[in-house]
Amino acid sequence: MSQSELSPGSPPPIHANTIDEKPHGTWERITRGPGLVSVLAVFVALVLGGLLIAATDPKVATTAGYLFSRPSDFFQALWAAGTDSYVSLFQGSIYNSRQGFEPFLETLTVSTPLICAGLGVALAFRAGLFNIGAQGQIIIGAVMASYAGFAWHLPIGLHLLLVILMGVVGGAVWGGLVGLLKARTGAHEVILTIMFNYVALYFLDFLLNTEAFQRPGESNPISPVMDPSAVFPALPGSRLHLGFVMAIALTLLVSWILKRSTIGFEFRAVGANPAAARTAGVNVARSTILVMALAGALAGAAGVAQVAGTEKVLTAGIAASLGFDAITVALLGRSTPWGTFLAGLLFGAFRAGAVTMQISTGTPIDIVLVVQSLIVLFIAAPPLVRAMFGLNRKAKSRPPTKPKHAAPAPAAPASQGGGA
Amino acid sequence: MRNIKRKTGMAAAVLGISALVLTACGAAPEEGEGPNASSDYLGCIVSDSGGFDDQSFNESSFRGLTQAGKDLGFTPKSAESKANSDFATNLNGMMVADCNLTLTIGFLLGDATKAAAEANPEKHFAIVDFNYDKPIANVKPIVYDTAQAAYLAGYAAAAQSKTGKVATFGGIKIPTVTIFMDGFADGVDKFNADKNKNVKLLGWDKDKQDGTFTGDFEKQDKGKQVTNNFLDQGADVIMPVAGPVGKGAGAAVKAANAAGKSAALVWVDSDGFLTAPDYKDVMLTSVIKTMDKAVEDVVTADKNGQFDNTAYVGTLENTGVALAPFHDFDSEVSAETKAELEALKAGIIDGSIKVESKASPKS
Repeated sequence: MSQSELSPGSPPPIHANTIDEKPHGTWERITRGPGLVSVLAVFVALVLGGLLIAATDPKVATTAGYLFSRPSDFFQALWAAGTDSYVSLFQGSIYNSRQGFEPFLETLTVSTPLICAGLGVALAFRAGLFNIGAQGQIIIGAVMASYAGFAWHLPIGLHLLLVILMGVVGGAVWGGLVGLLKARTGAHEVILTIMFNYVALYFLDFLLNTEAFQRPGESNPISPVMDPSAVFPALPGSRLHLGFVMAIALTLLVSWILKRSTIGFEFRAVGANPAAARTAGVNVARSTILVMALAGALAGAAGVAQVAGTEKVLTAGIAASLGFDAITVALLGRSTPWGTFLAGLLFGAFRAGAVTMQISTGTPIDIVLVVQSLIVLFIAAPPLVRAMFGLNRKAKSRPPTKPKHAAPAPAAPASQGGGA
Repeated sequence: MRNIKRKTGMAAAVLGISALVLTACGAAPEEGEGPNASSDYLGCIVSDSGGFDDQSFNESSFRGLTQAGKDLGFTPKSAESKANSDFATNLNGMMVADCNLTLTIGFLLGDATKAAAEANPEKHFAIVDFNYDKPIANVKPIVYDTAQAAYLAGYAAAAQSKTGKVATFGGIKIPTVTIFMDGFADGVDKFNADKNKNVKLLGWDKDKQDGTFTGDFEKQDKGKQVTNNFLDQGADVIMPVAGPVGKGAGAAVKAANAAGKSAALVWVDSDGFLTAPDYKDVMLTSVIKTMDKAVEDVVTADKNGQFDNTAYVGTLENTGVALAPFHDFDSEVSAETKAELEALKAGIIDGSIKVESKASPKS
């Protein structure tokens, strides 16, 4: 660093200034930028989760009873309780000596629907719409996709494409209806999507009690298994299926829509300021309907990933809590496509690892939900995280010193040259 | 101001620390004192989304496995499924943990258990409340002909009813629920035929296979509301087949009795007099499925190398299902009714009385 900054041969006073200024500038950009807050939020949540695990561990409680006669026991138990859980969380989600990287494939599998649905929520966020309806959109997508999967018998290739199409269209219609109602009547999308979730849920319950959606000769509310031609091909020896590739493709697509396309620009404009967007000639109503339909289509793809990927049958619990986890994923990903993708992977890892953690250390699976919720809590309150790590104080104390150093005009170009 | 705050904070901290110090003064146990060496046998359990505190089959199966673990010297591994997509992952985790026998709970796990069993032919499995059309070599189904015991409950309820109306409702319309309602309906019919009475059953139509359901196994207030409807229609014995939702029914019956009615409750799955003591003074009887016992037996047999894949069917004969004692109602049930119930039970066991339900176990 110092060598590269010396080499351009800049005059001594400016040079002294760049050494002082440069790291602060970068530091500030990272700490002010949302990326670090997300990482720190995850970190703090993990530490708190670890303490919670340790506090509820029976061995820690017993050893605390004789803390003074043999303190080593207590601290060993405390350390073991916290770390064992996270070690097995890692072993269940990334790598363990027995299965190699198979758990990582499981993480990718679990994260597939989270990414798809998360993208849907994130896209709506960008257009200023709080889409709580991913749950219902996943359900309708899953219903349509699974019906195409078990009731129709079509040639290989075509069948899967049709299953995907049905699921995506199902979700798009369910989301688009919300957009239509909002655009035409002004009803609030939060209330609309919550109600649409209920409608979808009870509609699913109803369908599963009809013979068309039950296995012949059985009356359990579970659909027939989908045809082999209707499900995503899986990687041999794991549950990872082609749906993950679909999730990557959708991330690319959403990224393209937001960054490069005209509708994406309109979405962002409406999200930033609907009144200004209208004045600028954007058709706000059309934008609202379109973004909700697209968000629904993405959630519908998550439904497809469920029925054609891992489950292969339709049950009342097909959407689990995916629709709500998707909101968390979109928040953690700061509503950017790749941020959502990474957040989906993280939550997928939590979910996959939690199983191993529960089995090998007996830590209740709910602890993972607590960690997830803590992450959201910290992300929702960035100043809290900054305050915890003392980032606020630095930012506050800096301004008075700034004018002194920033005064020489050539400082900025020189510092850029130094960094290169 | 700030000073005062700091002082209170200090005082609180000192108090807290001294409390910690006081509780931390116990004597350390001897070194090397650990749990006695356990056997290398391992029994495991995967719940459905109800969890191990569902006051129903997950809970009682878990109890059975824990008891078996105590007897045989192992600590069972358990995994709660939060969602249907967890089933396969949890089962996979159990395979990694090297479980000898893995117990799965409920029809929703049917496909996942089958897949795991086929992928791990050397491991043993048992599934509660579900049976396969084609038996799988290493899966033992544990099912119950609950209609037999529900039949006795229906007869007893009809005999006890003063208003001539009894009622039942379910959580979700699935065979393991409707089998209770079918048996109950037949029991009421039997009473009417034998005594030439006309006790009506509300909430379930056996011929149409349709009736009243609350929609889940969670919302107790829905159970209360449905029960209040039945009470208003004049029913005075009510059997909720809905796990914890039954507590809502219990609350409604208690409230009605406090207001001058004399209604009673028939509990399901376990002896409600013992497991739901809040409502024991309105508990006429219970239709018991002794899942813990069955699970314990299956695990013990497997440990002793006697695993087989023939379905265990709980019946009145093998006490897999039973009618609970009347407890506080014992004095109110006439000796005549008790004798008739004994005769019916004997008749069902020797096959002279057939209790049939669309949901009965096939084998």
